Amino acid sequence: MNIAVCIKRIPLSPGKWSLTADETAIDTSGSAMGWTLSPHEECAVEAAVQLAEGDGSVIAFSLGTADSAEQIREVMAVGVDRGVLLETDGMDWDGQATAAALAAAITADETNFDAVIVGTESADTSGYQVGVRIAHALGWPIVTNVKGLSVEGGVARCERVVGSEREVYEVTLPAVIAVKDGVNIPRYPSVPGRIKARKKPLDTVTPESRPARMEKVKLALPPQETSSAKVLGSGAEAAPQIVEVLKEIGVLT
Amino acid sequence: MSSLPSKAKCVVIGAGIVGNSVAYHLARLGWRDIVQIDKGPLPNPGGSTGHASNFIFLVDHNKEMAQLTLDSLAQYKELDTVFESGGIEVARTPERMQELTRRITSGKSWGIEDMSLLTPDEVKEMVPFIDETVILGGFYTKGVGVCDSLRAGTLMREKAIEMGALQSFANVEVEDLTVTDGRIKAVVTDQGTIEAEYVVIATGCWSRQIAAMAGAEIPLTPAVHQMKDIGPVAMFADAKGDLEYPIVRDMDTNMYERQHGTGLEIGSYAHRPILYDAEDIPSNAEAALSPTEFPFTPEDFADQDEHALELMPEIVGDENAQEKYAINGLLSLTPDGMPILGETPEVKGLWSAAAVWVKEGPGVGRAMAEWMVLGQPEIDLHASDIARFYPGQTTTKHIKDRTSEGFNKTYGIVHPAEQWASNREVRLSPYYEREKALGAVFYETVQWERPFYYESNSGLLEKYGDAVMPRTSEWESRWWSPIINAEHLQMRETAGLVDLTAFALFDITGPGALATVQRVCMRQMDVAVGKVVYTPVLAPNGGFRSDLTVMRLGDDHFRVVTGGAHGMSDLKWFKDNAAEGATFTNLTDDISTIGLWGPNARAILSAVTDADVSHEGFSFGTCREITIAGKTVLASRISYVGDLGWEIYVPMADGGPVWDAIWAAGQAHGLIPVGIGVYGTTGRLEKGYRAYGPELEGDFTVVEAGMSPKKIKEADFIGKESHLRHREAAPAATMCLLTVDDHTSSTGEKRYMLGGEPILTKDGQPITDSHGRRSYVTSAGSAPSVGKHVLMTYLPPEYSSPGTHLVVEYLGDQYPVTVEGSGAIFDPANERIMS
Repeated sequence: MNIAVCIKRIPLSPGKWSLTADETAIDTSGSAMGWTLSPHEECAVEAAVQLAEGDGSVIAFSLGTADSAEQIREVMAVGVDRGVLLETDGMDWDGQATAAALAAAITADETNFDAVIVGTESADTSGYQVGVRIAHALGWPIVTNVKGLSVEGGVARCERVVGSEREVYEVTLPAVIAVKDGVNIPRYPSVPGRIKARKKPLDTVTPESRPARMEKVKLALPPQETSSAKVLGSGAEAAPQIVEVLKEIGVLT
Repeated sequence: MSSLPSKAKCVVIGAGIVGNSVAYHLARLGWRDIVQIDKGPLPNPGGSTGHASNFIFLVDHNKEMAQLTLDSLAQYKELDTVFESGGIEVARTPERMQELTRRITSGKSWGIEDMSLLTPDEVKEMVPFIDETVILGGFYTKGVGVCDSLRAGTLMREKAIEMGALQSFANVEVEDLTVTDGRIKAVVTDQGTIEAEYVVIATGCWSRQIAAMAGAEIPLTPAVHQMKDIGPVAMFADAKGDLEYPIVRDMDTNMYERQHGTGLEIGSYAHRPILYDAEDIPSNAEAALSPTEFPFTPEDFADQDEHALELMPEIVGDENAQEKYAINGLLSLTPDGMPILGETPEVKGLWSAAAVWVKEGPGVGRAMAEWMVLGQPEIDLHASDIARFYPGQTTTKHIKDRTSEGFNKTYGIVHPAEQWASNREVRLSPYYEREKALGAVFYETVQWERPFYYESNSGLLEKYGDAVMPRTSEWESRWWSPIINAEHLQMRETAGLVDLTAFALFDITGPGALATVQRVCMRQMDVAVGKVVYTPVLAPNGGFRSDLTVMRLGDDHFRVVTGGAHGMSDLKWFKDNAAEGATFTNLTDDISTIGLWGPNARAILSAVTDADVSHEGFSFGTCREITIAGKTVLASRISYVGDLGWEIYVPMADGGPVWDAIWAAGQAHGLIPVGIGVYGTTGRLEKGYRAYGPELEGDFTVVEAGMSPKKIKEADFIGKESHLRHREAAPAATMCLLTVDDHTSSTGEKRYMLGGEPILTKDGQPITDSHGRRSYVTSAGSAPSVGKHVLMTYLPPEYSSPGTHLVVEYLGDQYPVTVEGSGAIFDPANERIMS
């Protein structure tokens, strides 16, 4: 199987967020700020790598600034074979434009893909847009919110969790599959994985931009939780109070 | 939890291994009313301690660091928080193999046991997952271990609390330090102000910023050390312990690998220096992990992945051994690689315990507490003393340049005379351009550029031939030139001109001046105006605090001249112990110094001045103002090179004409420029002159150094009581000069020791005195006038008789040496100086 997986560079969640002065972006100027992928996308990568194991290949597509190469190398270190960076100048791309560019790049790629796997939504903007719009652009079916995935005979079996029930969809490939955190346990890079990743091909293309139909006006921080710790006591003296707390939160009855 | 007190005897800021250890040892030494605060939570407040690798390798070429490390290991053991795993430093190159033999010799000098060199197969036997074909051998130390620094710190804190000495508060952030009249007054926090007599800054990476709140300088920078844990490692699946194999340091790649439960931890000092400012460190709330655990940057680890794979292919090459944890962890680096300890010179009562790594944490805690409570630490900390810095050494540029240069030398092969390349030409004497024109090769001392020797003297090599004691091995030729010995011999024949501008000079004036120098200096200071006195300066225990010369320029006017490296510490010591009514003026940047020595020195000086410079008219040990080239200079008839001559103190602005006049007059008398190679090594060594640092330090007494005056002055002085006691007993060891009988190594090459090597009995056994101190070479160098290589060392009485045959171990070989005695081996009657 040949699988395209779409990923997005996002700020590594710090304990406390702050915004830039004009409130249009998350402040990432701090030296300690790192970058990562959304948990759903880490699972998308893992799913793709597992499905392609053997004779298939996984190609990662990412739309973003040149720095996004860092995230493409990260997924290469866990088994992605090749990367395509749709390099932008850092301006904001809305979901429609992003999906259109990714779909165009996937179509233009030399590989005939059996599936596109994405995360259901990104952890920073939670737009839920790109996967569905890629499917629409490609004219493929999509299953979203997938928590269980297997493929047999060109058919993907996708499980979704709905309340306490599970829905199972079978979809004939090619299709777009949008997975959620928990569909698998993503692997971490090994040293050989890191070494191989540095040598894997990474192509950079310039996506065709189109006028954004949605404009980001400003961001607002949600009320941030301030965590507080209460010392219940020390040693054996603390035990009764711990029992009380455990009862309170329903662990003990 | 109780609220922050408004008053305390001492506030310790920081609850990492250092802060906890300082608090604990202060409590043990009897202090009460100590308050500890940290802005993070306990037991892991988020500093470097929390992510440290925690292993402790014992051998360091620096004695002070080795002693602090050994004491720390003993303390971790006492708290049952260390596991002895053994450690192996492996070599991939012949240069490293030589370095490993050097590490063994340093280890022997500091009393470390159970060390051995291993063949690749022997390494493989102990560490079966290593590829022994990529290494040439290893250096094993049995005592290497891994500690639990968080646990040890917690235990120390709890013990201090149990003693009723300490109250500890987490999540309290320092906002300001209040200083009144140069003395610490209070710590202002987000939860109230604590008035305190003493404040200790033990805040690791944050220390520079905290000190700045009080106007004090702690010159360090946070820097990244990368590490990652991979696993699960199939081979460790059945590991019962956290650590069942020795820790491996892959020295040539600046890396280490160690088993960590079922994982393998890989750490590196090989990546580009990544420095931060404390302002860049997020708060505990803002940080993704702990504040000092920055996101791992894999691109900086690219070579390291390859190197780890080479050394441990079986484990590192396993795709299933995955990165479980990887960080860019912050640690503290200083411009000279040493910790920053002691009371800040700027603020009385404000102490620094900074730039300390886990391996020396408890030792530093103990030493700091001794220093604060008893006035001096048992381990001499002169190389870590915060007072050592000159203003130019605390600038951000200097810190960044030097730490960037030093970082990749963490596991480096660093020559004892190695020079820094960055941030040079900062302090230039008035003679610099003239020296440059003479082909001076400049070495640096506390930012001064000092000629070490002069290429213009290379013609002398032919003249003196083998008497310059040429060296063939690269190691001993590095940072050395036979020209030094040629300059030495020529100076002894005619005369040499030496630039000594790096000296630190300060005046003590006023009604309290005499009382101050009397109290601080061991020798009689109440001498006639115009006298120059060379004197030891003692610590309360009678060990050396310094040695220096004092000139009496007036009834209430003394000028202290001391070595540049230690000058600012000396100034602080004098100020700390000053009598009422003494005023200090630091003249270091105002006055330059020229040394003029040799048999022709008098002829040259008399040609440029009208003053009477005859032996009778200008006797040894006196000073006076004279005029040279129309400039008034202060001339002092003393000598540290063993020849007739003067130190001439010249105002910086007048330097040029004075140098030119002496230089011109000298041409008729064979005057040559002479570098510090002669002044600091060859000239003094054959005269048996001891130097502060190598020979004279807190570990040794005046009696042991062989420098007891016949009579002790009436006036009280620091260390007097101890010294009087030392005079009563036979010394446990005596400073001796040794000469090397045969330089031939096992491969047939002539080798020359550089200092730090162990002195052994004829059958190769270490020599330990009754205080447990090993005999080691304090200084080594050529004595060209006697054609010998000289070693200085302290020897117990049974080995110190002249004519005793012993052995010195150097780079894996042993060489026969003979004890010459305690004094000079050249002109012992001082006829030259007194001529």
